[in-house]
Amino acid sequence: MNIKLKPITLTLSAALLLSACGSEQKASQNPLVEIDKDPYPSTYQPLPQQKTMITNVTLYDGVGGQLDNADVLFDNGKIVAVGQDMQIPEGTVVFDAEGKWLTPGIIDVHSHLGVYPTPDTNSHSDGNEATKPVTAEVWAEHSIWPQDPGFSRALAGGVTTMQILPGSANLVGGRSVTIKNLPNRTMQDMKFPGAPYGMKMACGENPKRVYGDKGGPATRMGNVAGYRQSWADAQEYIGKWDKYRKEYEEGKDPTPPKRDLKLETLAGVLEGDILVHMHCYRADEMVVMMDVMKEFNYQIASFQHAVESYKIADKLAENKVCSAMWADWWGFKMEAYDGIRENIPMVHKAGACAIVHSDSDRGIQRLNQEAAKALADGRRVGIDISKAEAWQWLSANPAKSLGIFDKTGSVEVGKQADLVLWSADPFSTYAQAEQVYIDGGLAYNRQNSNSWPVQDFELGQPGEGDMK
Amino acid sequence: MKKLMLLAGLFSFAVQAENLAVVGGYTHTLSAQGSLQEATILIKDGRIESVKSGNEVPSGYRVIDAKGKIVTPGLIGAYTALGLVEVESSAGPVDAEFEREDYEGLGAAFDVSYAINPDSSLFAISRIEGFTLAASAMLDTGTLFQGRGAIIRLAGEQPVVKAKAFMSLALDNSSVEALGGSRAVIWPELEAAFEEAASLKGKPLGVSDEFYGTLSRADVNALIPVVAGQMPLVVRANRAADIRQLIALKQRHPALKMVLLGAIEGWRVASELAEANIPVILDPESNLPYSFDQLGATQANAGRLDNAGVLVAIGINTHNIRLATQHAGNAVANGMSWLDGLSALSLNVAKIYGIDADYGSLEQGKVADVVIWSGDPLEVMEAPLVVIINGEQVNMDSRQTKLRDRYLSLKQDKPMGYVRP
Repeated sequence: MNIKLKPITLTLSAALLLSACGSEQKASQNPLVEIDKDPYPSTYQPLPQQKTMITNVTLYDGVGGQLDNADVLFDNGKIVAVGQDMQIPEGTVVFDAEGKWLTPGIIDVHSHLGVYPTPDTNSHSDGNEATKPVTAEVWAEHSIWPQDPGFSRALAGGVTTMQILPGSANLVGGRSVTIKNLPNRTMQDMKFPGAPYGMKMACGENPKRVYGDKGGPATRMGNVAGYRQSWADAQEYIGKWDKYRKEYEEGKDPTPPKRDLKLETLAGVLEGDILVHMHCYRADEMVVMMDVMKEFNYQIASFQHAVESYKIADKLAENKVCSAMWADWWGFKMEAYDGIRENIPMVHKAGACAIVHSDSDRGIQRLNQEAAKALADGRRVGIDISKAEAWQWLSANPAKSLGIFDKTGSVEVGKQADLVLWSADPFSTYAQAEQVYIDGGLAYNRQNSNSWPVQDFELGQPGEGDMK
Repeated sequence: MKKLMLLAGLFSFAVQAENLAVVGGYTHTLSAQGSLQEATILIKDGRIESVKSGNEVPSGYRVIDAKGKIVTPGLIGAYTALGLVEVESSAGPVDAEFEREDYEGLGAAFDVSYAINPDSSLFAISRIEGFTLAASAMLDTGTLFQGRGAIIRLAGEQPVVKAKAFMSLALDNSSVEALGGSRAVIWPELEAAFEEAASLKGKPLGVSDEFYGTLSRADVNALIPVVAGQMPLVVRANRAADIRQLIALKQRHPALKMVLLGAIEGWRVASELAEANIPVILDPESNLPYSFDQLGATQANAGRLDNAGVLVAIGINTHNIRLATQHAGNAVANGMSWLDGLSALSLNVAKIYGIDADYGSLEQGKVADVVIWSGDPLEVMEAPLVVIINGEQVNMDSRQTKLRDRYLSLKQDKPMGYVRP
């Protein structure tokens, strides 16, 4: 491969925020070095919008409730009121949605849109920094191609927010980023304001397959040693910075530790700023990882894929770790061989946090159908869950696992107006997302083909502007 | 519930098939009889004895109540590798794939009928979801042809219903890349192969016959029924330009029974395909430009082709061929008629492979592959309640249902290995 590495020293020192805030700088001291935690800030702007009320709709509120003949009012990007037979404030656009369904926007916690975009040429393959097993230093957002046509397809499927993750080749794959699914010119334009960072880790077959003959790990025990050593290194790194800050506060003029981007991200996890999302299929491996989590005192926000969560749903509930799952994918490798259709409802039934995820630029377009299948499969074995309850798998639970539930993930007053209006009950194959609102702006309207977003790549190509 | 399942299990091992009557279901025959509000299907000796409106059952039949349910023909996996793969990645040989560095053949002679394993866990997992039959073929061979596929039954020890049922050929972008990268090279090779096969005028080469062609004897013999139009030729192709080349190929060789596989941009040449009488097996959910031969991808593809009069089949998958019902539902949501969506999973597949005299619809004399559904089979929340294959009601267990039943309750007083579901 002909990859030229740019010298990075300049960029690094430029990224150090020289600041005197916090500690008072004495004459004998150099300025305190602090790390900017948001060097690629969001420039997201919601679409232009008007005060809008959707009336007479069947509402799944995303936190387990269903309200028939509901009215939902939103303004300035936020949900203002939810009720029945509400007064219509002056200057409100009213949309009578009788016979239709309204839900919170779908949140996909597992997408590689932008980092593995279409067309999926080698030149676009930017999701796995498969050069060494621990690459906590890479950030998925630096790979995102915002022109990926997949964003607009996901939008037509009612997805308003998603987490873009690095791939699963590495023990630690790097930082993830949460975005609003409003296709735009830059990654920063899509970045979810105020969402915490995530970090991708991976169990099992992938790392050992990728590194087995590249210096290891070659085994699952090698994988676990790799995570543990990384956490130990991060602990040491935290100690160095703590020492530096302490000495500075004591009036000394210490030299700051050399910045290490890898350990900085790992330290961010141990300090509680960054959420771990871990690709893990097998039940026994997930339980080992929950012990590693306790050994090094961090929290795993979610296991991703979690094909065998049904075997340990009680332990997942106890440890408050979410499982982000498919409805029915199975068998493509040994660690997916025990996949069953009832995984999601069985996790839910145990009181653990269940999430429907895609990991697919196709699946992301129909996550409502994935939830529907799982719900029906659960009911057939006596797991009685209502549709309204099941919608938590698509909005509230993913929002919680991404640390954004205070902002979105339910149709409740004060939340961001991320909404999907469905042509029919979204637990039906035939239901279509007719209108998709992101922060109150109408981002997709199935009825108006001229309003559909067309990505740069699609301009001037066969099928430009076609129904997709 | 469990007892019922056990009972059903016993029947599936019955030595002599019993006579069955499926009574009272809303029955989509996919035959000239159309859809009957309340019908009775009589099954005898593995075949459908009659399909009639009403609930009348003569004596000597075990009644299976389908009242308030939907009854359809058994579904047929349109393009799968069932029986050729258990676990694809890092788990031993996969009979659907072939890689040998110095292999120089065209791949036409490959024959999956020797490789089908009816003990594959995928059989039960697929059949309890309403799939009773499937076309099974090699997927990845690195050769121009992927050889001869088979029609298989998803129950019983002798799964091959029709060996050497079709020939597969791949001309989509990824296959072209694997073959060196240029259609300008591959097409003349393909033309030459057909010419050599045609030159034999239907008579296979013996080992001592003189032959001056470039193909191996095995390959050229395998292509004889293809050029003679006795064996369907399933061609994987996506872009409109490639499809037009294939239509032209068929014009040069009018006997070819050509079937398109994939056909992502098929809708752009829909009327030409209809005119050339070329059916299509497709995945209606594929709507992204994965490569430059799929730029026009849209979920409207199935509906547009269907409306233009092209025979459309749906169901390209292996482990999850059971999801073809969902695929068809999404085709319907995007413009295909519901009945054509159902036909795309059964009758149309049977027609494509020339097995519609025996399969694909509920008609007197056809093999009794019948499914009773809890509701609309294209709805994601519905599922089969009863599956009858070759006249026998099958047991609704699979490896997956056993795993589920073992773990439904995690509170056990002994380790799970001792818990028999």
